[in-house]
Amino acid sequence: MSATPLLELRGIDKSFGPVQVLRDVALTVHPGEVTALVGDNGAGKSTLVKCISGIHPTDAGEFLFNGEPVHIGSPRDAASLGIEVVYQDLALCDNLDIVQNMFLGREKRSGIVLDEPTMEQLAAETLAGLSIRTVTSLRQHVSSLSGGQRQTVAIAKAVLWNSKLVILDEPTAALGVAQTAQVLELVRRLADNGLAVVLISHNMNDVFAVSDRIAALYLGQMVAQVKTTDITHAQVVELITAGRSGGLGLATDPGSNGDGPQPADSTSGGVR
Amino acid sequence: MTTTAVRKDGPAAVTPTPTIGGHFRNYLSRVRGGDVGALPAVLGLIVLCTVFAIMRPSSFLSAGNFANLFTQGAAVTLIAMGLVFVLLLGEIDLSAGFASGVCAAVLANVVTVLGYPWWVAVLAAVATGVVIGTTLGMLVAKIGIPSFVVTLAGFLAFQGVVLLLVKDGTNISVRDDVLVAIANRNLGPTLGWALTALAVVGYATVQLLRHRTRAARGLITDPIAVVALRIGGLAVILGAAVYVLNLERSRNVLISSLKGVPIVVPIIAVLLIIWTFVLQRTSYGRHIYAVGGNREAARRAGIGVDRIRISVFVICSSMAAIGGIVAASRANSVDPNTGGSNVLLYAVGAAVIGGTSLFGGKGRVLDAVLGGAVVAVIENGMGLMGYTAGVKYVVTGVVLLLAASVDALSRRRAAATGTR
Ligand SMILES: Nc1ncnc2c1ncn2[C@@H]1O[C@H](COP(=O)(O)OP(=O)(O)O)[C@@H](O)[C@H]1O
Ligand SMILES: [Mg+2]
Repeated sequence: MSATPLLELRGIDKSFGPVQVLRDVALTVHPGEVTALVGDNGAGKSTLVKCISGIHPTDAGEFLFNGEPVHIGSPRDAASLGIEVVYQDLALCDNLDIVQNMFLGREKRSGIVLDEPTMEQLAAETLAGLSIRTVTSLRQHVSSLSGGQRQTVAIAKAVLWNSKLVILDEPTAALGVAQTAQVLELVRRLADNGLAVVLISHNMNDVFAVSDRIAALYLGQMVAQVKTTDITHAQVVELITAGRSGGLGLATDPGSNGDGPQPADSTSGGVR
Repeated sequence: MTTTAVRKDGPAAVTPTPTIGGHFRNYLSRVRGGDVGALPAVLGLIVLCTVFAIMRPSSFLSAGNFANLFTQGAAVTLIAMGLVFVLLLGEIDLSAGFASGVCAAVLANVVTVLGYPWWVAVLAAVATGVVIGTTLGMLVAKIGIPSFVVTLAGFLAFQGVVLLLVKDGTNISVRDDVLVAIANRNLGPTLGWALTALAVVGYATVQLLRHRTRAARGLITDPIAVVALRIGGLAVILGAAVYVLNLERSRNVLISSLKGVPIVVPIIAVLLIIWTFVLQRTSYGRHIYAVGGNREAARRAGIGVDRIRISVFVICSSMAAIGGIVAASRANSVDPNTGGSNVLLYAVGAAVIGGTSLFGGKGRVLDAVLGGAVVAVIENGMGLMGYTAGVKYVVTGVVLLLAASVDALSRRRAAATGTR
């Protein structure tokens, strides 16, 4: 655990029209650690990630990066700070190969010609650096990969750019047991390599398997951020479903009906 | 970042450098997995040529007829080359045929009615194509109308524009020497051989340099024998074609000599090389494939999706303009039916028969040339066998359906054998 957090959010508010999705959210993310962001469907996890990655502007709040106040107004701002996001729906092109996908939109060129050998080498080095051995050829189309391999490529793509913070939105949601284990191992390795990792997950087993800290969102409010070793399964579940657990979480009942997004009606509207 | 040491345990190094046998086994397994590429077009071409050669040995196999194939198929092939770009995005341009007619009518008006030099007319025709493409692309990308509807409207409207441009609905003749030469004259035999040599040497240089760079960096390369085979194959095919085209094909040599490579051939070849380079070797081309494969992923990767969508319509209509110029040259005139009747369907058919997918994300400019050859051979061979236009349309329609079925089935096959 290190002293200065890599990213610190304070007092983030975000509304979509009349619906306030994030309320006074605070979050600290440390390098070398996996911070699990948990919460029910519609709690605002994906929205928070999109605020961090510059897709949504925030209504209020501060961003501190390495202790310095920063403004993230666009995905490019986020990328230039070293923030990369692996989205819930993988942003890969089936008809392109692994190298082409990893460099999509940021191709290496010499003159106007694509520099394929350099891209292939860098891709290979990145995959080797993450000890990824599940893909046999860098030149195979992504359509021929399994779900786990695709997730692996998406993650490798995110770390290719000397990123400092990698955010993964439910990376294991669609995977089987073995592939989930592979991806979690990779997530752990990212943190062990010194990156700050934010992992969004519904799955308590995953969260407890890899995370160092757990941040719980409940109806758009950050109800607790604690070290994983200081909390139990049951307490996290209570935080997710009720917003409090014993001494943790909200002090009073938040259910002043009507002014917050309800988990039940927001599952379909959430960002997929 | 040049460590070959890292490469040793890198993922790609797991696969040993493929042998020739391995290379062909890879190819076969790709084909079986649904990635048939240009195979159907090549096989179709062989079958068709064999059939026609047996049925009409003297006329189909003559040097004169071989040269005819190129001038007959040129306009459709050029339009199809542009259509590939639109199809790569999973869009369609139904107006490409009549767009070529409009551009040809502009050409004829500028050169014949207004009396400007040929190159002004050519520029005007291509500029017209650019304007048409920009308009179509804007309507599709910025307003959000499906390309099917936009270009169907264009199909109707441009048909009217051609009628308006060709006054009285008769025709405008094109007599300019340069313009007439495009589809009616040939290169001298020596020039033909020189260009062939240049093409083969150029191809060999590119292939060998690429092989050497990759090998030097420790990346997987195709076996050198396969590279040599490719170069040799190109040399043999081009050499044979040029040899036949350089044979005397005049009925009476004393009156006039007729031999050499038709001028449209180097025109198509140069455009093929340029567009292939753009698609395969530039990031613009890469982004076209990306938008065709997964538009949302492309957008998140920071690619200007709208810009790409507009640009492919511009390329398509500009290529249609060039097709229109060739058609006007071949007919020595422009009439209200230039670019009409079967031209569009032949062009779409050419691209699809060549292996470009109607679902987007898959295709090459070469597909248009191979498919264009198939269409030209059908048209030509059936004409020689004395079939009526009616039968030709039906057969071409069936071939287009066949090609579209191959496309759809290979997609399903890919979905079944791959994990998606
Ligand atoms: N672009 C948007 N416009 C309006 N409401 C949105 C938008 N994105 C998300 N929301 C709403 O914000 C709430 C939180 O959604 P989301 O962040 O996707 O939750 P989670 O990822 O935690 O499941 C939901 O009520 C959802 O309907
Ligand atoms: Mg979500």
